[in-house]
This record gives sequence, structure tokens and C-alpha cells, in this order.
Amino acid sequence: MAEAASPVLLAVEGVTKHFAGVTALSDVSLDIRAGEILGLLGENGAGKSTLLKILSGVMPPSSGRISFDGADYAPSSPQDAKRAGIVTIYQELSLIPTLTVAENIFIGRAPVGPLGLISWKRMEAASRDIIARVGLSIDPMTPVSALSVAEQQLVEIARALSLKSRLIIMDEPTSALTETEVQRLLSIMDRLRQDKVAIMFVTHRLEEASAICDRMTVLRDGRLAGHLDREGGPIQLPRIIEKMVGRAASELYARPAQRAVAGDVVLSVRGLRTVRDPEAPHAIVLDGVDIDLKAGEILGVAGLVGSGRTELARAIFGADRIAAGTVTLNGKQIAPASPADAIALGIGLVPEDRKHQAIFAALGILPNFSVASLGRFSNGFGFMAERRERDALSGFRKMLSIRMASAEQAIEGLSGGNQQKVILARWLARDPKVLIVDEPTRGVDVGAKAEVHQILVQLAARGIAVMMISSELPEVLAVSDRIVTMRRGRITGEMPGVEANEERLMELMALDRKPRDERMPQDEGRAR
Amino acid sequence: MSVSEQNERGGINFARLLMSFGPLLFLVALIVVFTVLKPSFIDPINLFNITRQISITGLIALGMTFVILTAGIDLSVGSLLAFCGMVAAVVAKGGTANTLSLSTTGTQGYGWFAALLAAVLVGAAAGGVQGLAITRLKVPPFVVTLGGLTVFRGLTLTISNGGPISGFDASMRWFGTGLIGPVPVPAIIFAIAAILCHIVLRYTRYGRAVYAVGGNAEAARLSGLRVDRILVSVYVIVGFFAGLAAFVLSARLNSSEAVAGIGYELTVISAVVIGGTSLFGGIGSVGGTVVGAALIGVLQNGLQFNNVSSYTQSIVIGLILILAVAFDRLLKSRVRR
Repeated sequence: MAEAASPVLLAVEGVTKHFAGVTALSDVSLDIRAGEILGLLGENGAGKSTLLKILSGVMPPSSGRISFDGADYAPSSPQDAKRAGIVTIYQELSLIPTLTVAENIFIGRAPVGPLGLISWKRMEAASRDIIARVGLSIDPMTPVSALSVAEQQLVEIARALSLKSRLIIMDEPTSALTETEVQRLLSIMDRLRQDKVAIMFVTHRLEEASAICDRMTVLRDGRLAGHLDREGGPIQLPRIIEKMVGRAASELYARPAQRAVAGDVVLSVRGLRTVRDPEAPHAIVLDGVDIDLKAGEILGVAGLVGSGRTELARAIFGADRIAAGTVTLNGKQIAPASPADAIALGIGLVPEDRKHQAIFAALGILPNFSVASLGRFSNGFGFMAERRERDALSGFRKMLSIRMASAEQAIEGLSGGNQQKVILARWLARDPKVLIVDEPTRGVDVGAKAEVHQILVQLAARGIAVMMISSELPEVLAVSDRIVTMRRGRITGEMPGVEANEERLMELMALDRKPRDERMPQDEGRAR
Repeated sequence: MSVSEQNERGGINFARLLMSFGPLLFLVALIVVFTVLKPSFIDPINLFNITRQISITGLIALGMTFVILTAGIDLSVGSLLAFCGMVAAVVAKGGTANTLSLSTTGTQGYGWFAALLAAVLVGAAAGGVQGLAITRLKVPPFVVTLGGLTVFRGLTLTISNGGPISGFDASMRWFGTGLIGPVPVPAIIFAIAAILCHIVLRYTRYGRAVYAVGGNAEAARLSGLRVDRILVSVYVIVGFFAGLAAFVLSARLNSSEAVAGIGYELTVISAVVIGGTSLFGGIGSVGGTVVGAALIGVLQNGLQFNNVSSYTQSIVIGLILILAVAFDRLLKSRVRR
């Protein structure tokens, strides 16, 4: 495909990035040529997004050299990167929904007529040409809000092309697309490759990466795990997985000592389905999920971004509407219509996005701790029983070794790990029967990770049924008694924790087991 | 709070201290300046006069504190005040007749208590309707209450036919003009209401819920709070206070004016914001609002005392509002760092 003769367009040499003592990226090098598709792969936390932010001008590297088209490249802002010819297309699309396709493409640089006024005619005509290059046949005067996610993505690519971008970085572009849309995107990527555009394809979807990439760079724990080359044929999946996983289970994730056997089934989910929310078209739809959770066990739910793992938690918790299926708690069918209902029934959720969904940044630790149990910490007249509240907090402070100055301290001032412990304490104060933790150690430093894991094990030992959702496989392996994998809104596998390993899980999370049941492209199928 | 806890906190720094007491310090400084300029400013008679002046907008500002703590806003309070005042007048007088008969003992009306009850109930109900529109129809508070601003003014003019309804009996007028010792009755009502609001926000689970909803609505929902109910309730509270303020104002003026309360929403919101309550929700206190209301009152009175025209007063108060928020921002960015 890409002739080896193409010169190197972007060269990254020995790039390192430190954040407040943590090394997110260490001595990473890669290069990409014009007319080449480079896959950038790695597990969560491998350093992909840090590298992306550096390349797209969001932040500078701590050290290392980057050159683009033979010259030094050190963008001071995303605009700067764009001007240099590197455009990044994120999962969260950056189009302005109220403006038309044409306005979005020419935002900030609309063609003007002799009087300095916008020439709509020229803008429309130019847009039409550009969107044709990405295979879109829509009216450029359509507002972007009327387009599907896939179409919006193509508009972003079209905008990148109109900016004469020479390198397009795509961050997980296929995670919100249907199978047909993925195929269309891949074919457009192929066409761009022939036009000598370089593409960096950041993805979790190994099959797609294998199908389209000329070469791959794999990151692991912030370091370069290796480069893979097409040697005649597509890069084979086992080679990729081996590079991604690579290491022996790290000591940081030492599996805690074996625990008591799990008890009875506490929570049982059957045939759970959700509907697509028009306000959140990126969200994954659950497609018939069955799951059992036993008292005293930690069930690990492993899935990539977009697998439906978070949606499963939210549906059980009453935060998202359920379209079909049943949830049974201790033998009784429940139908939580809101988190308040689920909480009253004894379910707790430590959400994925701590900053936006869990903590009250402006408030102190005390109100953050007690917010889910105001009833327990108040008397019959609605007055807070602050003594009881403080005593409970200081109990959990010891039990979870929360490092804090005082109950009044703003929670924002705590480290990620200590914030997470406060959130765990919030639920423990309610004595939940079921505790769902979604990415419990995201944004938590390495030392505190082990502590959080230890806490989860203790909770299970106390008889709480713990469901731990995580995309970090070492974590899932270290903590879970039983593991299920999810992909595209379905459960794809289940095994006891002791029998699992990263390779098996990664296969179940990232690959389709059965042939896809996607229909043939309809127009062709129907035509005579 | 015990001494040991105070010590434990440790992290108190100058900026954080200034943030909580900044408006109060500024208030004290203003009083000193005005006193130096004209010693009679500090005269108890004048000070009590100020408390009477601030009690009307102050009462509404107490309710507004709840609303703004949830990151909401209520622009309808001025109109709602006029509407509730008119309702109180109709109930007090048993009709819409505008008779300035000052001392009729055997009136055909229903008395001050019924008038008060009607004013606060109508105010609370009107707030509830707006709250439901905000939560059920998902229309932003700014828009709903902007609509309310015109609707309630229109209703007021419809009831009263555009004119005032005047002439209440002495028992009702006492609530506006009476004194207990040297203290004006409106000031006492304001003080009691402020203490109650402070207790509710600081010491009850409802208060905790209000802060939580304003601090992070999504986290509040995921923590099991009934966010919509709490949102409706704060508009009921501000409506209640608009009704109470309306009653006191009518009693003080011995008249319910159809044009009463025009522009009050701005004074009220200014008082809350100057008092340190964040328009983004989750941060603020009743104490701050009282100080904010007092600050505006002192400023108005003091400027008047020194013969500064009301036009200039407007300019000064507007600038103070902006400076207060800018100062708050500055301190916050220091504290964060």
C-alpha cells in the first residue's frame, strides 16, 4: 500500500511527559509517513491520550523532540497544530450543532465577497466539493444537529481536508458507529491514504486496526511496547495482543489472598435492554444482558470504552431507562425508576466520572460523605445529627485510611485516591447489599490503587455483592472472583477469576466471537 | 465547633478568611466612612431607618439565596411582590375599592391575618408553578421567571385596574410602621426570617440537599436526592418571601401599588451576589445575603445622607456589584492555587 519511498512526515523521538510526579509517557518514539495509516494501540492508561494531547498542541512534552515535515514541531495550542497541518478528531466531536455543515467547515474563514460580506454561494459550492471527497452526499446547508454521529465525523474529516491537513489523528473514531458506518469510514480512510494524507488511527478495535493499518505502534504503561509492520498481509491479532499485554501480572496488582466462597445470588439481571437516547447518541445500547451477582463476591466486568459496561451499571441503578428485561434483588423483582429508588433498595454506585458525577467540589468532606444518607444522619424534625455524622465519618476515615485534614476541608483539596475513598465511605454508610464501582481507580495514583482494591476485597468479605467495572485488565484480574466481559452491549464471556488471563479477556472484549449478524448493505441487496 | 477541630483545619489562610468576611469588612468600612463624613449617620434613628429600608428586599433576598444556591434565578420577584400585595389588599379590605378610610374599626374586610396568609400562599403557589415549569417543561429558570415577571405584573394591573388599593386598618399597618422598643417591626420580621433561613440551610438535611443540588445536580441525583422536588421547593420559598415582603410593604405604605416592586429583582439578586453566593450554585450563605442587603442599604442611605443624587447612587451600586464578584473571583483563584 504505502510505498516505502514516502518520506517521514511526523517523527516523535524520546518524548516524555510528567504530571505532578507521575510519568504518563516515558521515552516514546514513533514516526508516520505521508500516505500511511499508523495504528496507535494500547490499553487504558497506556499513554495514548497523553501522546495525542501533545501532538494536537493541548500540552507540551516534558522532554523529547518532535519534527513535522522536516522542521521542529512544538505547537503552542490546538490552533497552532492545525495551522501546521495536524488535525485531531476526538470522540467528542467539536462541530457546532446549530450551524450548517458549510459554516462548520469554513468556521472562522468563510469566503467573502467584494464588500467583505460572506459569500454563501461560494461557501456552499466549496463545501459540496469537500464533502464529496469523504463520500457524503448531503446538502451543505443542513444544520449539523440533523446529522448522525457518523456523518458528523465525516464532516470533521472534510473540514480537516479543507484545511489542507497532512496528518489526521482520529481518536476512537469507530466506537459510536454501526458496522456499515465503520466500513464506510475505513474505505474513506483508504481513499485518503491514496491521496497521500497520513492518518493516525487510535483505537481499541483490534480487527479494524488490523484491517486498515500499514503499521502499528503499541504503548504499554506509558512506554513504547513495540512497532508492528504489515509483512505482506494484515498484522495478525495475536501479535497485537501480545504486544499490548506483554508483561507478567505486575506486583502492583498482586491478587489478594483467597476469600470466602460467594453466597447466594443477590442481584440477578435478565434480558436487559435499553433504548437509544436521542440526546446522547454516543451512548451504547444494552442488547439483552444477563448477569448474576452473589453476596460476598467481586464480579469483574471487563469491557472497552463503548462496550456498554457503564450503561449496565446505570440501568441497574435506575439512572437510565430500561426498555426490556428484569432486575431481581434478593428474589424480588425491582424496577428502580430513579437512583433514589435503587439506593433505597440497597444498591450503591461509585460512578465512573468522579468529578462530574460523584463529588461536590465546592463542598466540604462531611457533606460529600453524608449526602446519600441524609435520612440516617438526621432526626425526626429534619435536623442534621452532626455528632453522629462526624463520628461515622471518622470511623470510615480510620477504616479506609482517608488522609484528610478535617471534615470541613474542601473535598477538592484531596488526592484522587482519597476522594474516591470518601465516595466509597458515602456508600458504606448505607450498608449496601450491592455496590457497583465503575472504574474505581481512574485518576487514582498507583499506591492508592492497591488500597482501593484491598477495600473492595474487605467489603466483599463482609458479604456485600461487589460489581467492579474496569477497563484495566490487571485490576480486573487482581480483584475479581469471577469475570464477565462485555462488547457492544452484550456479555461475551464469563470465567472464574483464577482461570482468566489478559489474553483471553482481551480477545473476548475486543473481538467478535460469532460472525456479525449485520444485514447486507440494504440498497444493493434490494436492487434487482 | 471545637477548638481541636479549628486547629486540625490548619489550612486556613488569609485569602480564605477574606473570602468569608470580605463583604462584612467592606460593610464596616462603609459605615466608618459615612460616619466620618457625617457623624449623624451613626445615629441609632438613622441605623434603624436603614434596617426598615432593607427589610423588604432583604426578605426576598433570603428566598433568593435558596434559589441561587441551586444555580437558579428568579426574575419575577418584583412583579410577584406587587401581585401578592394586591391580593393582600383585596383580602384585607374585602374588595378592590380604593377608600382611604384610615380608621374604620368594623371593616368589611377579613383582617390582617387573612391578608398575610393570602399573600404568602399566593406567593408560594406562584413560585411552585414556576418551579414546575422549570423542572417538568425543562425551560431554564431565567426564561420561566422572565415570563413570570410580565405575567404577574399583568395580573396585578388586571386586579387593581392599574391603580393602588389603599387604606388598611391600624392592626395591619403596625407590621409596616410599628416599633418594638426602638426597633421597626419590619426589621424584626426580617431578622427572625433570616435566623430561620440560616438554621434551615446550615443545620437541616433539606439545607444539605439544597447545597448538593446546586453544587452538582448530576452527583446529587446519583446520590439519591430528588433533585426536581428540591428545585421546585426553592421557588416556593422565594415566592413565599415575596408574599411576606409584599404584606410588609403594603402595611408600611398603607397601600398596595400596582407598580410596586419594579426593579426589585435586581436589588435582591445584587444583595445575594454581593453577599458571596455564587450564581453557579452550591456556594453561599444566609449571613452573606444579610450583609449584602445591609451593604446596599447602607450605601443608598449614606449616599443620600451626603446628598448624592439617586442617579449617581445607581452607578455606584452597579459598580460595587461588579467589584464584589470580581474580588470574590480573585480570592477564589488564589485559594485554588
